Formats: sequence, structure tokens, C-alpha cells
Amino acid sequence: MKEKLVVIGNGMAPGRALERLFEKAPDRYEVTIFNAEPRVNYDRIMLSPILSGEKSFEDIVIHGDGWYVEKGVNLYKGHKVIGVDRERRTVTSEHGVTVGYDKLIIATGSLPIVIPVPGHDLAGVLTYRDLDDVNAMLLAAKSGGRAVVIGGGLLGLEAAAGLREQGMDVTVLHLMPTLMERQLDPAAGHLLQKAVEARGIRVITRANTHAIIATDGDAGPPRVKAVQLDDGTELPSDLVVMAVGIRPNAAIAKAAGLIVNRGIVVDQTMRTNDPAIFAVGECAEASGQVFGLVAPLYEMANVIAEQLSDNSTATFSPSAVATKLKVTGINLFSAGDFSDGDGREEIVLRDASRCIYKRLVINDNVLVGVVMYGETADGAWFFDLIKKRTDITELRETLIFGQSYAGGAPLDPTAAVAALPDDAEICGCNGVCKGRIVTAIQEKGLTSLDDVRAHTKASASCGTCTGVVEQLMKVTLGDAYNPAAVQPMCGCTTFGHDDVRRLIVAKSLTTIPDVMQELAWSTSGGCAKCRPALNYYLLATWPGTYKDDNQSRFINERVHANIQKDGTFSVVPRMWGGLTTAGELRAIADIVDRYDIPTVKVTGGQRIDMLGVRKEDLPRVWADLNDAGMVSGAAYAKGLRTVKTCVGKEWCRFGTQDSTALGVRIEKFMWGSWTPAKVKMAVSGCPRNCAEATCKDVGVICVDSGYEIHFAGAAGLDIKGTEVLGHVATDDEVIEVIAALVQLYREQGRYLERIYKWAKRVGLDSIRRQALDDVDARRALCERFVHSQKFAQIDPWEERAGGKDAHEFAPIAVLTELEAAE
Amino acid sequence: MSVMEKAWIDIGAISDIPAQGARLVKTARGCIAVFRTADDTVFALDDRCPHKGGPLSQGIVHGRSVTCPLHNWVISLETGAALGADEGQARTYELRVEGGRILLDGAALENLAPE
Ligand code: SRM
Ligand SMILES: Cc1cc2nc3c(=O)[nH]c(=O)nc-3n(C[C@H](O)[C@H](O)[C@H](O)COP(=O)(O)OP(=O)(O)OC[C@H]3O[C@@H](n4cnc5c(N)ncnc54)[C@H](O)[C@@H]3O)c2cc1C
Ligand code: SF4
Ligand code: FES
Repeated sequence: MKEKLVVIGNGMAPGRALERLFEKAPDRYEVTIFNAEPRVNYDRIMLSPILSGEKSFEDIVIHGDGWYVEKGVNLYKGHKVIGVDRERRTVTSEHGVTVGYDKLIIATGSLPIVIPVPGHDLAGVLTYRDLDDVNAMLLAAKSGGRAVVIGGGLLGLEAAAGLREQGMDVTVLHLMPTLMERQLDPAAGHLLQKAVEARGIRVITRANTHAIIATDGDAGPPRVKAVQLDDGTELPSDLVVMAVGIRPNAAIAKAAGLIVNRGIVVDQTMRTNDPAIFAVGECAEASGQVFGLVAPLYEMANVIAEQLSDNSTATFSPSAVATKLKVTGINLFSAGDFSDGDGREEIVLRDASRCIYKRLVINDNVLVGVVMYGETADGAWFFDLIKKRTDITELRETLIFGQSYAGGAPLDPTAAVAALPDDAEICGCNGVCKGRIVTAIQEKGLTSLDDVRAHTKASASCGTCTGVVEQLMKVTLGDAYNPAAVQPMCGCTTFGHDDVRRLIVAKSLTTIPDVMQELAWSTSGGCAKCRPALNYYLLATWPGTYKDDNQSRFINERVHANIQKDGTFSVVPRMWGGLTTAGELRAIADIVDRYDIPTVKVTGGQRIDMLGVRKEDLPRVWADLNDAGMVSGAAYAKGLRTVKTCVGKEWCRFGTQDSTALGVRIEKFMWGSWTPAKVKMAVSGCPRNCAEATCKDVGVICVDSGYEIHFAGAAGLDIKGTEVLGHVATDDEVIEVIAALVQLYREQGRYLERIYKWAKRVGLDSIRRQALDDVDARRALCERFVHSQKFAQIDPWEERAGGKDAHEFAPIAVLTELEAAE
Repeated sequence: MSVMEKAWIDIGAISDIPAQGARLVKTARGCIAVFRTADDTVFALDDRCPHKGGPLSQGIVHGRSVTCPLHNWVISLETGAALGADEGQARTYELRVEGGRILLDGAALENLAPE
């Protein structure tokens, strides 16, 4: 039996611990995670780029839903743990789920500190910790207005820059005389203030918040109206963000009787005073310290993974950390200890015209601290000197000018990276040194930045070291490193999907063996990844002439039904637009009885699924469905699946158009088409959107003036609302635009790439132009779609009920009698 | 161990199986998948994936291996072993091809473990 591992909290620290644990002991634990936040593990560091609009949530997800499925991890999203019973070894969530553990990891992170001034609990007062905070800020920023950020540290300044970027009028209040005083000396703090102010953000230092003032009761529920300082100044504001610090979140551990000081006290093996319970991340206190940056948390995570896979020698001891500010255009770096003190010397470089400031603090010929503003390229090098306690006597003369001068002649950046020692740290967040990156590149044959990220984690968190990692790839791979290099389709070829598609057309390749021959496939006969892709590309490129290669299709598409885990199949007939009739239902009922079909289910796609049909019965089941007028619903196809509809104008008191009829018309027009991945559509009769059109690949929302066409939604492994393609007036135009859109996708989409991913890759504007605005392009696309439909709209069930591919549905030999005779 | 007599049973013609495809032989003790590769070599394996029993006969045949339809393990047709990072073994059966006919060793079938 597997041991049970339970994790409380799903932040960056435990995420890393589990990743490492699955590498070391893949099958040892059955893992359950409870997370108070209703979502998967994401890169909290990157919330600021979301706030400023440079990234979206999808970009910062660390483990998507698929990861948990693949690793067999049971993730309870939105379940806050309210109790740990150490006697019984169970944890219980607020929704009443209780799970037993053999080992428990507490990773509850930190809570933002809220200064208890009057009005701190008013609507409009936020902290800055998670995605909900960011969404609330973005919402507030939509209506413009004024924001006051309390706290001029790392988080406060990132919040201020983001809100400013979103168009708000922003003031930062800071209690101390200079900004980020914990990481910067006064001189650098001053330069930083200038840079922040140059972006149109007002900064008030030595500002003591006295109260937050509410709006009058008359205009709805009270919310924030202004911030009042001790000196009486009132700053009008619609939004207040408190970013004044964090406190380890140790309540649950304390209640369970574990030793808690500032954080949950752990030993060097990351165990609490209960050996079955570990703590990791910002909630933990190790060697008397608590932490607020990911680099040390990831080191803790490694130690836990080692300990849980029985390496008892792994221990955690804190080391120096470096800080960077992630505000685009402001370069700032600080590391180590830069306070003045006896015996300390310093070297300072100021270049006022270029706004550069550097200060090195030296103690006994060893660099102990560094602060840099404006030019930070040498950060990694200085940090390395600090951590290694290198004797700098020899370098001293030119030390402040950085690594380029250290050896005498100035070096170019690539040479500088080449000169770094193997154990120089490149990625601070993940503690990855140069040697590890170079070894991984060489041993695993990595050629892209994504590969290096996946294998080493370097540059996979805050991303500020991306440039250095790319330099390293250049140094290691030489000319073989091409940042624009494409991902090959699979191990059989070096060509990417787009190249293969282009070459199929350019060289008029018409069969799979042709493609493999001409493009020098390295395997005979390809693999299960490239063959279905090639089959689709050829089918989409040469409609009417290409002969479908059944053996290159996944079983479901080969036999036009969905394989189930016991080897039986499910059968889903079309119900156009979700409509059915008494006759169809009666026929289905009879078929279920006739073939002894164990399960009948209404699907999420507005139709009926018959599950557990024996393979040899399929042709007869289909013949009977055909007799009742039904055809294949293609529930198995990388092709058109369903067009969901709502009742619309015909019945509904809010309906603006006949959404049901439009859905039926779309489905009758589009069925049978093969696409790179499945395509799901829906038509709703009004913006109440009962057909859920705004999470489909293509959706239509009917409005009084016509039809709003949506696309690029998703609601499976990823959830994404649609983008609006545009508005059209008539249902004929709806048909033309949707056909053009789908055809464009058929021509450009990579195999298995859903519409939302394709759209993200090629850009919404280019799609909008070709499928909607440019009427000629749109018509041409639509015509190509109509042409290919001539060969596609043949019911595959009818063909097979008529005898096609009969070998699929019957054994070659039955030897049961021989066995029985024995 | 006694030397087992081989009892060759004619199960059909090679042309009954599509190239890069498979057909089933049903026995009282489960199904055997008979595969034909692109170069017309024929192999016989238990129709049960060593992972979770997926029907290998329904997978995509490529080179001398088949990808299981349920969770994409790749199984060697020659040895029945799971390839790549996965570990597992599907049982293989000896067969001969004579004059386009496929002959399966019936003696081996009798040793099949009961389901
Ligand atoms: C039958 C059904 C569940 C049900 O009982 O309601 C179903 C069943 C399966 N879904 Fe689904 N999905 C069904 C509606 C959905 C929906 C809801 C919808 O269509 O409105 C979604 C989310 C919407 C979306 O696609 O964005 C959905 C998202 C998925 C996904 C995730 C796709 C993604 O790209 O994120 C998969 C996995 C995949 O395709 O790789 C999947 C895969 C599957 C497979 C094919 C798993 C498999 O590979 O064997 C299941 C086949 C069972 C079978 O034999 O019937 N199913 N699946 C639904 C059939 C609808 C229909 O009438 O055709
Ligand atoms: C805006 C922002 C910018 C940052 N920038 C940087 C940076 O540039 N560099 C850097 O190194 N660090 C940065 N940090 C800090 C870094 O993000 C954190 O140190 C790190 O995320 C902490 O990880 P953790 O796993 O300890 O906790 P968290 O990531 O906070 O995760 C704790 C999780 O536990 C959940 N939880 C709490 N209590 C319970 C309970 N009782 N039951 C179930 N679940 C519970 C919470 O909902 C939360 O999801 C930044 C932080 C923020 C907010
Ligand atoms: S039907 Fe869909 S959601 Fe349900 S188990 Fe299968 S793939 Fe998962
Ligand atoms: S059953 Fe074959 S891969 Fe899972």
C-alpha cells in the first residue's frame, strides 16, 4: 500500500517539493492537497506582470489541472483546512472532508499584515497576496480613479506600478524616509524614488496613516473615500492597497499543538516537533529565521523531497538572498548585508548623468553586500563573490566596474558568462548554478529555452535571469543555438508542424509514405504521434483526393465510437442542436434493449450516450440508428462535436433570435468536417447565455440587432472565456463567418491544438481580419470549407453498417472450441 | 521441463489483417492480438496491455511496436516489453507464416493462465 501524504496549502514551496519528490520516488505516496485558494499552483511572483497587463493567468500557472491528473494527486481546491488531529493523523477541511495521513506537510504561506487603523475593513481596502487581490485591483482600475498604496517596499511598488499602468492615479505612502529601506541604502532608495515618480506615481515618505475614511451612507454601502495621515492630510482615494509586510500563517499548526515562534519551528530536516509533520515555505521558521523570497523556500522544498524519499542526510541551512524589483524599466539589485559597521569599507560608483549607482560593502577583504541601481548585469557575479566569501584583494582596483574589468580587458556579455565558474548561481529563485545548466544542455541535448526551463527550472520563476540563461545556451551550443528554433513534431523528424504543412503543399506530397520519404523521417513508419497528425494535414490539404489512412487514426476515429476502459465502446448519435423526437427516443430505447447496452447517459453536449456496446455489435447498432434517421455524433472526432443551443425566441420570453434553428443549421452545415482538434459550438438566444456559448471554441450570442460571434473559449483542462470575433446582422453571415473561421483554423492549426491555443499563437487580430473584416478573404475561406465538406459529409456509421472495414469488427479466428475440447 | 510439441493452428491469411493493423483471435481464456507490420511481419501478443489491461489490438502500429489506445504505453511487438520509461511485459506467442497463412502455436494456448 502506498503511504499517504497530505499537504496543506498549494503554493510555490510545496509545489516544488512534490515535483522533486515525484522525480525521486514516483510511486511511493498517495498525495492529497488542500488549498484554500480555489485554484492550481501558480507563480505568485508573477502577479505583478498580471496586474500591469504584461501576462495572463494562464502564463503563470506552474501545474495545470492535467499535472494533478497525471501524477494521481487529489487536489481539493477551495478547501481550507480547519483542523489537524495528530492523534488520529487526520486533517479536516471547512467543507467537512477528512483525510488520513502518514506524513503531513504544512505549507500555509503568509498572511499580509493589515494595519488596524480605523476603516481598515472598508470595501475598497485590499491587500496584495493572491490572484483574487489582483482581480479586485484590475476591476477597481477599470473605472479609473485614485489609488493609495500603503507601503513602499517590493510589493507596494510593484502594485503601484501595475495600477498606474492600468490608468489609475497612484500615490505611495511610505513610513520610512526612503523606499525599500530593507533592501536599499538611502542613496539607491532616493534614485528609485525619482524613477517611480518619473512614471507619474506620487511618493510620500515619512507618511504615517491615521485612518481610512468612508463614503457617506446615502450613496449605497460605505466604502473607502480617502486616506488620512497623522498630519491631517487627506488623500482622496477609491482604492487602498496595504502592502506593509507579511506574517507567517501558522494558526493551524499552533492549534494542533506544534511549536510556533514567529513561524512554525522546524529542524534542519524541515520536521516540526511532530516527526510525521513537516513545514515548508513562508510559514516555516528555520534556524530562527523566516523567509519571504522563493530561493530559500525552494531549498527547503528540496530537503523535504529528499527526506520523504529516505535521504536523511539532506539538511537546510539558510544562505544569503538577492532581491530584484520586477517593474519593467527599473533595474535594481541588492544582496547581502550593506549596513555600515566597524571595519567595513565601501566602494561607491555614481554616474549621475546615466543614473547609475553601485555600492559594494567589504569586510576583511571579502565582499559582504552589494546594492546596484540602473545597471545590474553584474549582479550574479557579485552575488557569487558574496556567497563564496572570495578574497577580493586582487580584484579590488576594478571590482566596482564588474566582471568585465576584473580580468583586465573588457569582455562582451557572452564571454563574461563563459568566464563564470561552474558553481556560479544563475537563477536565484531556483538556486540553479551554471554547471547544472551546462550539463543538462549537453547531456539531455536541450536546444530551446523551454527545454532548459523544464529540465533545470532555471529562468522558470521570475524570469529576470532569462538573458543570462540564453547567453549560456549560446556559449554551450555555439551556432547550434537558435532561439527561434521550432519544436519538432515528434522524435521521428526535426521538422515542426508548420514546416511539415508548408512542405506538404510546396512539394505536393500526397501520402504519408511520401512525406516520410521526402522529409527524411528517421523511423520507418513514424509513430503514434506523427501519423495521426500527417493524416489530418494531408486530408485537410487535399480534400477529395487524399485517401484517409485508417491505420494512422486513433482507435476512436478508426471505428467511429469511443473506446472505454474495458475495451467496449460508447455510441453517441447526433441530436441536431440538442433537439430530439419521440421517434428517436423510442428507437434508442429499443436498441438499448436489443443489444443489452448497460448504460444510457445524457452527455454534457446535449445528447444521449449509450455506453458499453460490444465492438462486434457496433455495425448493427448503427444500422438500427440509421433506420431511425440518426447519424454519427462524432463524439470521438477531432472534428465538429456538438452545437449546443437554448430554446431561444420560439419559446423563451427573453429570446431575441431563433437560436435553436440557427444551432441546427450550423450543425447541419458543419458536421463531418475534420479539424486539428475537436470543435464545440453553442448558440444562445440572448446574453443570459443559457447555452454557455462563451466557453466554446465558437459561440454565438443572439442580440436584438443580430448576432455576436465569439471564439477561442475553453472549459476543459483550461478554462477561458471566449473572445469576441465581431457582430453580424444576418444568420447567413453567421454561417459564412463561422465557416471561414473554422477553415482558417483547419489550415493553420497544429494537430491537437484547440482553437484557443491556435488563436493565442497566431493572434486574434490576424484571425479577425481574415475571417470577418476582409470580405474577400472570408468568402474564399468559406468556399474552401464548402468544397471540403462535399467529401466529408458521409455518415461513417452508414458506410460501416454497409460492410466497410468489416475486418475491424470481427475476430480473425475463434478458437474457443479447441480449448473447450481439451 | 518436458519439451512441448508444437501444434500449429491455421488462423487465417496474412492479407486478412490490414498492414499496420491487428486482428483478434478469441480463445476460451482471453484474446490474442495478431499484428501485421508495414513490412508484412506478423506478431502475436496477449490483447492485454501490461499497464491496465488495454486492448493492444486497437492501438496504432508503428515500426515493430504498438501504442496502447488507453494511456499510450508503447509495447514492443517482438518482445512484448513496454518501451521507454514504462515497465511491463505482455505475453508473446510463437507463430509461423507459410504460403501466406498464419499458423499459431496451439500448444502455447493450452498453457494460457485461466482468466
Ligand atoms: C460523454 C462526455 C461526458 C458526459 O457524459 O457528459 C464526455 C466524455 C469524454 N470526454 Fe469530454 N465529454 C463530454 C463533454 C465534454 C465537455 C462539455 C461540453 O462539450 O460542453 C468538455 C469541456 C468543454 C471543452 O472541451 O472545452 C469536455 C472536455 C474534455 C477534455 C478536455 C479537452 C481540452 O482540450 O481541454 C477531454 C480530453 C481530450 O480531449 O484530450 C475530454 C475527453 C473525453 C473522452 C473522449 C475521454 C476519452 O478520451 O476517452 C470521454 C469519452 C467518453 C465516451 O466514450 O463517451 N473531454 N468534455 C461528454 C460528451 C459530449 C458530447 O455529447 O459529445
Ligand atoms: C505580488 C508578489 C510578488 C512577489 N515577488 C517575488 C519575487 O520577485 N521574488 C521572490 O523570491 N519572491 C517574491 N514573492 C514572494 C513569493 O511569492 C513567496 O515567497 C512564495 O510564493 C511563498 O510560497 P509558499 O508556498 O510558502 O506560500 P504561498 O504561495 O503563499 O501559498 C500558501 C497557500 O496555502 C493556502 N492556505 C493557507 N492556509 C490554508 C489552510 N488552512 N488550508 C488550506 N490551504 C491554506 C493559501 O491559500 C495559499 O494558496 C512575491 C509575492 C507576492 C505576493
Ligand atoms: S468523461 Fe470526461 S471528465 Fe469524465 S472521467 Fe472521462 S474524461 Fe474525465
Ligand atoms: S492500459 Fe495500456 S497504456 Fe494504460
